[in-house]
Amino acid sequence: MTTERRLATEPFDVERIRADFPILQLQIGAKPLVYLDNAASSQMPQQVIDRLVRYQTTQHANINRAVHYLSETATAEYEAARRKLQRFINAPEEREVIFTSGTTDAINLVMHGYGRKFIKAGDEIILTTLEHHSNIVPWQMLAEETGAVIRVVPINDAGELLIDEYENLFNMRTKLVGVMHVSNALGSINPLKQMIAFAHAHGVRVLVDGAQAVPHLQVDVQDLDCDFYAFSGHKLCGPTGIGVLYGKAALLEKMQPFKGGGDMILSVTFEKTIYNTIPHKFEAGTPPIAAAIGLGAAVDYLSAIGMDAIATHELDLLNYATAQMTRMPGVCIIGTAKNKAAVLSFTIDGVHPHDVGTLLNQEGVALRTGHHCAQPVMRRFKVPATARASFAFYNTLAEVDALIAGIRSVQKVFA
Amino acid sequence: MANYKALYQEVILDHNKKPRNYGTLAHASHHAVGHNPLCGDHISVALSLDRECIDCIAFQGESCAICKASASMMTAAVKGKTRADAEMLIQEFLAMATGKLDLDSPNHIGRLAVFSGVRDLPTRVKCAILPWHTLHAAFNSLAIASTETAEDPMHAPIGNACRGPLSWPSGINWR
Repeated sequence: MTTERRLATEPFDVERIRADFPILQLQIGAKPLVYLDNAASSQMPQQVIDRLVRYQTTQHANINRAVHYLSETATAEYEAARRKLQRFINAPEEREVIFTSGTTDAINLVMHGYGRKFIKAGDEIILTTLEHHSNIVPWQMLAEETGAVIRVVPINDAGELLIDEYENLFNMRTKLVGVMHVSNALGSINPLKQMIAFAHAHGVRVLVDGAQAVPHLQVDVQDLDCDFYAFSGHKLCGPTGIGVLYGKAALLEKMQPFKGGGDMILSVTFEKTIYNTIPHKFEAGTPPIAAAIGLGAAVDYLSAIGMDAIATHELDLLNYATAQMTRMPGVCIIGTAKNKAAVLSFTIDGVHPHDVGTLLNQEGVALRTGHHCAQPVMRRFKVPATARASFAFYNTLAEVDALIAGIRSVQKVFA
Repeated sequence: MANYKALYQEVILDHNKKPRNYGTLAHASHHAVGHNPLCGDHISVALSLDRECIDCIAFQGESCAICKASASMMTAAVKGKTRADAEMLIQEFLAMATGKLDLDSPNHIGRLAVFSGVRDLPTRVKCAILPWHTLHAAFNSLAIASTETAEDPMHAPIGNACRGPLSWPSGINWR
């Protein structure tokens, strides 16, 4: 299987796509950059950079305030970005799309706005072993505050959730399920539709951490029927400091605000404040306007390529890398779920992941080493850390070859 | 970029593969566990002081090659030294790792200079200095050292400084 032959059959021209990403032209020392840390943060195409520059040079003012031209323009562009995000995840209404600073902020919003209002002592929250710390710690804080109880869905050796065990966790006290769509540490894609349907049959709300799913899969919140869906802009070719919480309007309306301040109110007196309608109730203060508009441009860019084409290409990369790595003696892939996104966590016998990372960096290969903010997953697999290659649609089969060659050179150093 | 190669020199790889003074001491007078929360690495250092002289020293734990080699070479370097001399070497090593030591001026670094390359790798400095923090903590009978406690952990109170019986942190795989 040669790289050239495979590329020719790909549904889109990866080289043309790469030309949109200025940072991919970088050299690290004498080696071309091979950026395989996309699960941590993705790179930004020129189209998004240009959009940020255009906003900042011709459209910037504070939104929802003044009557002058720039403020009206900025407000219109900010709300247009909200509609783009709404379409991107197929949310029924634009007011169900709340701009947050990222996934962590979105989950904290649900914890404060929904959890603190509706979850009481003895109530149970179901999380999974796969969760990122950002979908564990807020709920632990809530549990500590309210006396709620956290139950955890175990996984099997492949890194798949044990659905029978999940279903057995439900009882009369279960109030909320918090589950990630795609595991950042292992790549496992969780069977959300089935899990959400089961939770709803028991009257339980479901919050989905979609940070690793939205950049790689076509996400449809209506098809999933989730109650909340959180994701970040910077993993989606957008800027940092922006993310989205989708929530069903009926729920968002019942929730209490998370942060108080300007924009989230209709009227303020020292006796009483009347909160604004959704989504503004949850967007206190001046939001990251440029970042939101940039994220709108990013989802335009991704939609033009097509999320299905992106998923197909990334699966090609994953299968190609998995096949090669499986054949390498001394290399162990952590996370072998049947249904997987383009994340490849691995260990090399006798070599600590940090040494792997430092030596691969010497070859221009950027990947993540560590616990990936998922220490329960590391414990489950009895490893302190892993090296993780995570692919994006702009990666190539030749870059997978560079990764494999890099692993061989690491093994040589430690032979 | 040249420093990456410089760092993984034969001597470091050798100490990683065959660490000196690896294991436990039956009758340690001082003992501490060092922890790098960024990567989950742990090193324990045990020693026995005969008057003010390091009579025996041993370390164990799970860590990257840089950390393990640093611990191995540290134990070899301080064995037989007085506590005061060891503390001076700790200071010099930390200064070297953070690029604050002029290797051309008189010092006691010697073969430990193989670690000087970490000063150009900010994310790996902690790996190299963890054993030295832990040794310092052991001298002061602090049970747990960390690379994350303060800007200058050498002169800062270190958290969880219990003197009770030591136990391994739960969930960490000790091999």
